[in-house]
Amino acid sequence: MSILLEIQGLQTFYGPSQVLFNVNLTIQEGQVATLLGRNGMGKTTTVRSILGLTPARKGLISFAGRRIEALPPEQIAALGIAVVPEGRQIFPNLTVKENLIAFAANRNQSPQPWTLPRIYEIFPRLQERQHNLGNQLSGGEQQMLAIGRALMTNPRLLILDEATEGLAPLLREEIWRVLRLLKQSGQTILVIDKYVERLIALADQHTILERGRVVWQGNSEALGAQPELWKRYLSV
Amino acid sequence: MLNGVQFGLMLFLLAAGLTLVFGIMDMINLAHGSLYMIGAYLTATFVGITGVFWLGVLLAVVGTALIGMLLEFSILRQLYRRDHLSQVLATFALILIINEVVRIIWGSQPLLLSAPEGLSGPIEILPGLNYSAFRLTIIGVGLVVAMGLFLLVNNTRVGMWLRAGASNREMAQAMGVPIKPLFTLLFGVGAALCAIAGAFLGPILAVQVGMGESILILAFVVIVIGGIGSVKGALVGALLVGIVDTAGRAFLPLLLSQVASPEVASNLGPALASILIYLLMAVVLFFKPQGLFPART
Repeated sequence: MSILLEIQGLQTFYGPSQVLFNVNLTIQEGQVATLLGRNGMGKTTTVRSILGLTPARKGLISFAGRRIEALPPEQIAALGIAVVPEGRQIFPNLTVKENLIAFAANRNQSPQPWTLPRIYEIFPRLQERQHNLGNQLSGGEQQMLAIGRALMTNPRLLILDEATEGLAPLLREEIWRVLRLLKQSGQTILVIDKYVERLIALADQHTILERGRVVWQGNSEALGAQPELWKRYLSV
Repeated sequence: MLNGVQFGLMLFLLAAGLTLVFGIMDMINLAHGSLYMIGAYLTATFVGITGVFWLGVLLAVVGTALIGMLLEFSILRQLYRRDHLSQVLATFALILIINEVVRIIWGSQPLLLSAPEGLSGPIEILPGLNYSAFRLTIIGVGLVVAMGLFLLVNNTRVGMWLRAGASNREMAQAMGVPIKPLFTLLFGVGAALCAIAGAFLGPILAVQVGMGESILILAFVVIVIGGIGSVKGALVGALLVGIVDTAGRAFLPLLLSQVASPEVASNLGPALASILIYLLMAVVLFFKPQGLFPART
């Protein structure tokens, strides 16, 4: 396995205030990694730095062997990183179908690329609503659409930021099902979520952030064996 | 009424570019009116050189689009990250500079741009109703361009990117939309639309320095009424403003003369007419503060 994403000594600021302090993170190709921590600890900021939306002030981020910390977001996306952002951020003035096809690409020549029919296959609901505008969807449908929209770019790294947040239990199950499916297909994923037990079952390695610093890193076995970590850093 | 539609459609050409630039780039470009002026001057010049109206218009549209893209690439691109005040100041400076440059090149006398000969006369559109052939042509051109723009925005990938960018620029970028080339292209399209408006309004109004500023304000009213970032809103807003403005000027003095002395009516009428569109804007904003068709929700 080769390293897909490597973050070293990442420091990110919002204006004058520092949010991330020397964050290190490595994700191998095909792995599922998580970012854990309470709200406001820097998880989303880490994602924003990877995406180039809030560029790193210091440190380096390399993706598939290329330095990306100084690239603009659209170039980073073109290299093969797609995000399912916090709050979903569906384009309200595009139809469901348009949300899916507007950004479709297969830049890395995936042999089995995601296409509109395949997205509709895993989310049949989206096909039923394909001509509706993005703002006419329920929260669950929007979440499916956000995942579909990201998959349509056939990314090498898929980032999910609180994909199950605010969803009814049944819909949450739906999302976990798709994540398992993606993992089986070899998709590299970085996931942020609150359901630690689910993440232990799904992911390979975990990183806990506390006030912008990495306080713990390890695999699922180690995290599962240390419930005191959960209490201390995740308040579960 | 037809004059209102004709003026409205030309306003739409100006407002469409302005609303996309404002909505997507979050950039206030006061120099948009200057592109309209440049378009009119280039048309007058090229028509003078070639002697063929349509060829002159075509050359002017291409020329203005190139100038627009050059402006975006060299100057306006630096302003996207600045606040609106800086943008207003910088583009206001551009207006002054462009006005002076135009004065240096073409002189301060208004240029004469006449409608093509075949279209200068009136034609009968309904039995007993004559209408200027040129104005009718303007309506036709406006409709065709509006349709083309709608196809571009609603049915192409670039159009989806534009709409996505208008509602959530950051997310569009994160999805891989090549924002910089898209902005340059968009500016070129906006400039071309300005040039078309300038070319066709030139023979009706006057081709002179400062012609861009007066119409720019109307264009801003249009996009505020229509909802910033929405092409559909720009069309509806432009037609509303065009019709209300033209009809107000034509009928208000008549209407007033029914209730007041002719002298008062002829003084008050035009004054009232010119505030009608602002009243319209105030009413629209009262009921729909985001405009009629907001792009952001």
